[in-house]
Formats: sequence, structure tokens, C-alpha cells
Amino acid sequence: MEDKIKHKPYHFVIYALLTVISLIWLSPLAWLILSSLRLESGALTSYIMPKGYTLDNYKRLFTETSQFNYPRWYMNSFIVAIFSCLIATVFVLGVSFAFSRLKFTTKKLMMNLILILGMFPGFMSMIAIYHILKSIGLDGTLIALVLVYSGGAGLGYYIQKGFFDTIPVALDEAALLDGCTKFQLMYKIILPMSKPIITYTILTAFTAPWGDFIFASVIMKDNYQNYTLAVGLYRMTEREYLYQFFTRFCAGAVLIAIPITILFINMQKYYVSGVTGGAVKG
Amino acid sequence: MKKKNLFQPISDIFADTREAVTKGDPVTLLSLIILGLGNLLRGQIIKGLLFLLIEGLFIVFLFTFASQYLVNLPTLGTVSQGQEFNEELQIFEYTQGDNSMLILLFSVMSLFVIVFYIAIALKSVKSAYLAQRAISQGKKPSTFGEDLHTLLDSKLHSSILSLPALGAFAFTILPLVFMILMAFTNFDRNHQPPGNLFTWIGLENFKSVFYKNPQWATSFFGILTWTVIWAFFATFTNYILGMLLAILINTKGVRLKKLWRTCFVTTIAVPQFVSLLLMKLLLDNNGPVNILLQNIGLISSPIPFLGTAWITRITVIVVNIWVGVPFTMLITTGILLNIPEDMYESARIDGANPIQMFMSITLPHMLFVTTPYLITTFIGNINNFNVIYFLSGGGPPTLDYYQGGKTDLLVTWLYKLTVNEQNYSLASTIGILVFVLCGTISLIAYNRSASVQREGEFS
Repeated sequence: MEDKIKHKPYHFVIYALLTVISLIWLSPLAWLILSSLRLESGALTSYIMPKGYTLDNYKRLFTETSQFNYPRWYMNSFIVAIFSCLIATVFVLGVSFAFSRLKFTTKKLMMNLILILGMFPGFMSMIAIYHILKSIGLDGTLIALVLVYSGGAGLGYYIQKGFFDTIPVALDEAALLDGCTKFQLMYKIILPMSKPIITYTILTAFTAPWGDFIFASVIMKDNYQNYTLAVGLYRMTEREYLYQFFTRFCAGAVLIAIPITILFINMQKYYVSGVTGGAVKG
Repeated sequence: MKKKNLFQPISDIFADTREAVTKGDPVTLLSLIILGLGNLLRGQIIKGLLFLLIEGLFIVFLFTFASQYLVNLPTLGTVSQGQEFNEELQIFEYTQGDNSMLILLFSVMSLFVIVFYIAIALKSVKSAYLAQRAISQGKKPSTFGEDLHTLLDSKLHSSILSLPALGAFAFTILPLVFMILMAFTNFDRNHQPPGNLFTWIGLENFKSVFYKNPQWATSFFGILTWTVIWAFFATFTNYILGMLLAILINTKGVRLKKLWRTCFVTTIAVPQFVSLLLMKLLLDNNGPVNILLQNIGLISSPIPFLGTAWITRITVIVVNIWVGVPFTMLITTGILLNIPEDMYESARIDGANPIQMFMSITLPHMLFVTTPYLITTFIGNINNFNVIYFLSGGGPPTLDYYQGGKTDLLVTWLYKLTVNEQNYSLASTIGILVFVLCGTISLIAYNRSASVQREGEFS
């Protein structure tokens, strides 16, 4: 082993560079964790390392819920993420399968329309969406959020279609000759072969609602009980609360980041294959 | 070429219908008016009844709901909310006026339903014609069970696309059409339903943005310029630096590749609004970055990273590097590994140094393969709401701009106009202009890259 890969002098330069770069990239996160454990309150301190450490910030997130109901927001985000992930995944896989494997006359027209729609700024329509939801009595509810996150999900089919396109068409022909219906072709042959892209779709569909701020804030307005984590935590950083709640905000942020980070690190392989495929196919 | 691609399918779609109309008998043709008639008379009872039911529902919808909004569509309402003195209770009471916004919203909704109904009516004719043809050929028209079965086979696309299409209609297309129409009205703070009416004003908003309203024009062109500058730097700094990082990690003989990659992936996993709010505090005048720089004696007084226009602009681009480089690193890693090793080998034999190799092998190859990615990233950066909104909030604010700041992008400006200013018509106008900008850039870029790729085939 040692003989095979010799460390040349420039390797140490690379190691040094990588270490410095990694430190720069990780230092904000380190500061986040340090602040979440900080004993002293206040937003900014005149020193970098905390003077004392405590787990109190985490505890108080879950016990002092009268003003900021963190556990409730966590549940809300979780519920919304689960349901919109389910619906969005089914929608995206269905649409990309149809556009990739099925022949129908309106296909080209629909794909062109979707391409054009995609060029309008996404939240341009938020006010209209708010009023549509209001007219059916859903404004300020979690169902509304699920609908908004998953309703238009089928329009983002590109990466998944790119993946389905790489599966040889000969497979379809053979299956159809053997008497498969197209539905059987989808769920018995193509989908079992598509584990990486299904994983990628689930991963991105699940994590997207955790970070969305715009729609959640427009739809929830002042309905504190139905806030998601993004909206709730953002409120904590508003000027009048920041000083008192900053360390708790950090603790709250750490608790969001941990599960998503674990998910990402475990599924990195699928994530990479997804984004790479999308980048090349466009 | 492009035009043909877009309109060709429309004539394809109507090809079946044309056949049905030209060869159909009177019963088939009557199915356009009485939906399902052809099916009912030819023994396809359930199908015929379903068509009839849809027609019934449509008529009820049309007369009880759609008509009251559609008649007001040309004016968007004429009766404004009034006050009337109630003698009995001795108070002023509001009288119900027209609500322009609901008129517009429900009219658009009704128009979509009408279009959808026409599509179903044509389907009814087609279906009647198929039954007619089957009988004239001496076969039995398909049974309802057989029809259902085709939904899982030859018509699978209709079944798997119907729900996603419905979702997209309700939460993307309908709201978008509504907002596009809004750009041609005067819906702003002073014309706010239910208290006030708004109405159609044609292209006035566009004229105001371009020249009629000097402050809007200054804001628009100033913000547009910065948006393009931002998109350019945000895209290419990330692209080049992300690629260099991927090259560093993938250098032969460098170990712990997975660990290095994981370090950067971790930053992707933290929700953007958290990391950006953190960055904002880190870069505060009293924030850790300034304290650190002061402690090691590099500066004597804090740098206002988010203070003056140009420093803030540089800051947002630099922070965007922190946000975006891990993505580019992941994306480019796989592609970099696909560049044939012997190309580098022969370059090395010819005495090329790493920089020359990067410039003449790596970069051209990457640009060739990732053009679509670059275009979508550029468009994505024009619409990059998060970085600007959470970091600088568009600031520093300036009186030159109407409700905007020096680092506002068109989309963050749009957001502020909507949420703070309730100037919906102006916001919609900006939205349409963003669309035009993105569309133009994509068209030019795709056409150019297509020609580049053709050249690539010849060489």
C-alpha cells in the first residue's frame, strides 16, 4: 500500500489547503453549536469561546413553550414534511415516468408549457395561492402547506426523467411483448430498478419543507400554533427577541440540522447521483 | 424550428377530433351538445351517464357560480363598498360591494373549468365516434370494464398525470395566470378589495416601470443591473471554485476523500435560512469575525460587512460561495472523473503544467458537459431569494429606489412590494419582466450551446 501511493510533497500542500478550507466551511456550524451550549445569554459576545457551558437552552426550548412553542413547531414541520414528501414523490415519479416512457399526443405540448412556467419567479403567485386557500377555508392550516409544497411538485420532473431515460427501451418492448400492461411495466420493472432516483426524490422532497420560509410565512400569518420551524425560528431572531432567545435559537437550529445531516450523510451516494444526472441532462 | 416544436402537437391533438367530426353521424355530432349521447345509444351506459353527469355539474357550476363573476370580468366590478346609516341601530353599516380580486380570481378559475369542459365535450364526440366505428365494423363497442383497463395500459398517461396535473393547475398555473393578469390592473394599496375596486389599465404599469414613473424606472434599472451582475458572479465564482475544490479532493493519492466530501455536505444539510441568519450575525459589526480580526490585529476597527452598498455586495457574493460551493463540488466530482486520464497523461508528457492542463483540458470539457447546468444555475441565481433576503435583507436601503435597497434582486424587491407595500400590480409587472429576462437568457444560451455542440460533432 505504502509503495503504491507515494505521498509527494505537493500532497501536503493539498492537505493543508483542504484543512483550511474545511475549517472555514465548518466554522459557522461550530459557532452555532458553541452558542447553543453557551451559558451566558445575549446574541453577540465580545469574545469567541463561551465562558460556560450548559444544556439549559435545549431544555428550555421544550419546557418554556408559552411564547415560542418549539416542540409544536417541530411536530408541524415533521407532519408537513412527511405528507408532502409522500405526495410529491408519487407525483414526480409518475410524471417523469409518463414523460420518459409513455407516448401520447399532448406530451411535447405539456413539456414546453412546464418549461415556460418554470421561468416565472416561483413565489410571484403566493398572494393568489393565499386567496385560493382562503376561499376554500384552508388558510393557516397545515393541510394548506402540504398542498402548496406537493401540488406543483410534478413540474420538477427533469432529474427523474433523466434517470428513466437511461434505462434501455428494449426492456419495455420485451415486457410489453410478454403481455405486461404499461402499469405493470412501471411498478414491476422500471420502479424496482430505480432505487437511487427514488431515494433521491424522497430525500429532496422531505428536506425541502424544512427550509421553506416564504410560503409558510405567507400562509400562516399570525397563526402561531401552526408555524413550522422555519417561520418560528425566524421570529426568534427578530430584533425584539434576538437578545433573549439567541442561544435557544441556536439550540433549535442544531436540533433541525442533526436529523437532516444524518440523512444526507447516509444517502450522500444517491444525492450525488441525482444532482450529477440532473446537471448533465439539464 | 422552435415554433414548429411548440405548435406541431396542437394539430396532432386535434387530428382524432377532426376525424370524428368529419366522419361522425348525427348522433356522434350531437354528443358535442348532449354529452354521452352517442355512448348511451350504443350500449355504453355507464360511460354515457358519466359524461351526462359531468355536463349536468358543469351547467350548475356555470349558472350558479361562474356567471356572476364572468359578467364582471370586463370591468372587475362597478359597485364599491358603501356605508349606510342604519336608523334602527344608530350605526353605520357597510353595504356589500363588488370584490375585484374575487371576480378576477374566480373568473380565471371559471375560464379554466370551461376550457376543461370543452376538452371533455370533444372527448365525448371522439368516444361516440369510436363506438359508431366499432358498430359499423361489426364489432361490439368497448365495455366499461375494458375502458377502465385501458387506463392502466394504453391510457396510463391519463391516469398517472391527472392528479399531478390537477395539483399543478390549482397551485401553480391558476395562481400564476391570476398574477399575470394582475400586472394589467391598478391593484395597489389604494385600490384594495373589499373596500375599494381595482380595474384594468392595460400596459400602464409597464410604461411606468420603463419611463413614466422616474423613481420606479430608476429602481427597476438599478436593481436589474445588480441582479445580472450578481447572477454572473454568483454562478461563475461557485462554478470555478467548486470545480477546483473537487479537483483538490480527487487528486491522486489524497486520502480520506469521503471525509473531506462529508465536511462540505454537512453544510448543505443545514437549512439555508439557519446558516444565512448565522452568517448575518457572524458578520455583524460586533460579530465574531470582526472580533477575531481585531484580536489578531489585522484591523483596528470593525469592518461593516453589511454596511455600505459595495461592501455588502461583495459580502453577499462571498457568502454565496460558502453556500454554493459544496453543491458544485458534488456535481463536478462525477464529471471530472469521466475525463479520460490519457489526455492528462499526454499533456504531462508534452510538459504542460497543472494550470495549463486545467485551462485547456478540464475547463473546456466541463463547460461542454455542464452547459445546461450553468444555464439553470444562472436562472436560479437571478431568482435567488434566500441569500439576499436572509443575509442583507436587500439593504442598505436607499431613497433612490422605491421600497428597495442596494443589494435587492428583482425577486426580493418583488417580495417586498407584495408583502410590505401591497403593490400587487407593480409586483406582478416585475414578475413578468423577470420571466422575460430568464426566458431570453435561456433561449440565447441554449441556441448558442446547441451550435457549440454541433461544432463539437464536426471536430
